[in-house]
Amino acid sequence: METLIQQLINGLVIGSVYALIALGYTMVYGILGLINFAHGDVLMVGALTALQTMMFLMGVAPGMSPVYMLTIALMVAIPVCITLGFLMERLAYRRLRNAPRLAPLITAIGMSFLLQTVAMILWGRNYHTFPQLISTTPMQPIEGVFITPVQVIIIAASAAIMIGLSLLVTRTRIGRAMRATAENHRVASLMGVDTNAVIAFTFVVGAALAAVAGVMYASNYGIAHYGMGFMPGLKAFTAAVLGGIGNLGGAMLGGIMLGLVESFGAGYIEHLTFGFLNSSYQDIFAFIILGLVLIFKPTGLLGERVSDRA
Amino acid sequence: MNELVSAVPWLGKRNPMAARWLIIILALAAPIIAWQFGRSWVRILDFALLYMMLALGLNLVVGFAGLLDLGYIAFYAVGAYTFAFLASPHFDVHLPFWIVLPLGAAFAALAGIMLGFPVLRLRGDYLAIVTLGFGEIIRIFMLNLNYPVNITNGPQGINMIDPINLFGWDLSRNLQVTETFSINSLFLYYYFFLLCVAGSILFIQRLQISRVGRAWAAMRDDELAAKAIGINTRNMKLLAFSLGATFGGVAGALFGAFQGFVSPESFSLMESIAVLTMVVFGGMGNIAGAIVGAFVLALLPEILRDVAVPLQQTLFGTVILDPEVLRMLLLSLAMILMMLLRPSGMIPARARYAHAENMKREGAQ
Repeated sequence: METLIQQLINGLVIGSVYALIALGYTMVYGILGLINFAHGDVLMVGALTALQTMMFLMGVAPGMSPVYMLTIALMVAIPVCITLGFLMERLAYRRLRNAPRLAPLITAIGMSFLLQTVAMILWGRNYHTFPQLISTTPMQPIEGVFITPVQVIIIAASAAIMIGLSLLVTRTRIGRAMRATAENHRVASLMGVDTNAVIAFTFVVGAALAAVAGVMYASNYGIAHYGMGFMPGLKAFTAAVLGGIGNLGGAMLGGIMLGLVESFGAGYIEHLTFGFLNSSYQDIFAFIILGLVLIFKPTGLLGERVSDRA
Repeated sequence: MNELVSAVPWLGKRNPMAARWLIIILALAAPIIAWQFGRSWVRILDFALLYMMLALGLNLVVGFAGLLDLGYIAFYAVGAYTFAFLASPHFDVHLPFWIVLPLGAAFAALAGIMLGFPVLRLRGDYLAIVTLGFGEIIRIFMLNLNYPVNITNGPQGINMIDPINLFGWDLSRNLQVTETFSINSLFLYYYFFLLCVAGSILFIQRLQISRVGRAWAAMRDDELAAKAIGINTRNMKLLAFSLGATFGGVAGALFGAFQGFVSPESFSLMESIAVLTMVVFGGMGNIAGAIVGAFVLALLPEILRDVAVPLQQTLFGTVILDPEVLRMLLLSLAMILMMLLRPSGMIPARARYAHAENMKREGAQ
């Protein structure tokens, strides 16, 4: 029973991070029909920028309170990622909006590897330890079940961000413009929506979410390196597809479900396969889910779009 | 060959015959020229030929059939590991080359069909991600299948794979022609690989103008229309996947035998992307493009390695960008810039069956 609750908590923590990343994928896909492959790498840039800032702050003001330090790090990481997202859209994707369907995707893949390479040049190939500013001493709310303050904050913060984003999309003017653009570019622009600005805004919001998710992901695992964005990016994409790509609620649901499946899967795979496979196979769950969803329910759990759209 | 001459920039159009001979002479003389710069360059040429086979195979899938496959290296891995299992001390099995090579190809083709079935209904971007996932799954299995039963020997990989042995003629030994003159084994491999590449080109060329090739082109340009005129798109997609995979498998088997060692590291996603970049760079849907792309992008990083590292040392005193970083930088920039500036590649595919007004659109694919 304790293991079950423990896996549930672990799954919720990692699932909320996936959900935040998935939101970025799903918003861009909803509006442009583009899988922004480089989204995971924006996360990596966010985490490494935050790391750099913290290192700097620790050198300048060693006695600073961890909360302030983390806040400042985020305040630096978010604008950096926003700029990055904006530039990617402006310089590459916008020019390819009317190109044949494979072109933007191939560009996005190239972008992802470009970001990784640049990060490799700037930060080296090594794994960096990510300073764990918030206490990681586990608490025991129930006997035998551990949860760290970092994990509590991750869950709370992602819930708050998701609520905020939902309000942004459903209640504000720009949110309405976003929905209109996703529905139909041309009609939206005829109605006076500046679709270019809306698309740029979408990339910016997605990048900001990725920056936050990057800091969370790195804090949770305590490490950061140039290739760290790839796997969570891919998994978040799976989460977005699972929930129904283009659908915000779906991305959140999909992220949390994927986190749970992964955590339970990793915990029980050894029993299920009689010791043949162990938890090092954790990463294949996402791909298996992705395959199954696309084969049996390509619209995802909450989505309406058909998979044939390319 | 007619296709290939378009790779020669100026001569190709004016005098195809001369261009053809130029290519043949260059292909035959390349290792001798490379030898002047050192042994390692012949080795690099050997690898370039393997990349050509991979690019040709991926071009079948991406260029001809229009299915973006990001896990192509998995088939290369299947071929290489099949060879390693069946011809190395790892399981103490040493089957002859002519049995292992077709087996490697067959297993890769089987893997291609296995991948093909579930993804039949997917298109474009979804297909890309699922194939990528497939590639990663294969890699994860290669990394971890050393426990509880040691099958792949995990991250260490498999060593001491038997060399290519053509009817008792061991390619890994220098060929002693006379007492004083011998041909280095790297040359033997080169010419053997060249033969394989030439065979592949011939096969693919015939395939492209066959019923199958035309069906692929139709499917790539408009799947619905292709279905409407009676093309069985399901079978055609499976055929594209399995044939493409076969090339990957053969190349993989040759790679395993040539290198004598396989490990999961050689089959990372980066390699899939590298092969894709070769196809994109040269021009999708075009044999000459795949060949040129593979040749340029296999050689360029090595040339950079030789030029850029000493250059950095003299300029900055230290090596800021090591060769591996340079290679990644080059590949990713090549991919982005090609898509932005010249989406049809260095050598745009001729639209064989399109009307003149459709040529532009076809070329842009």
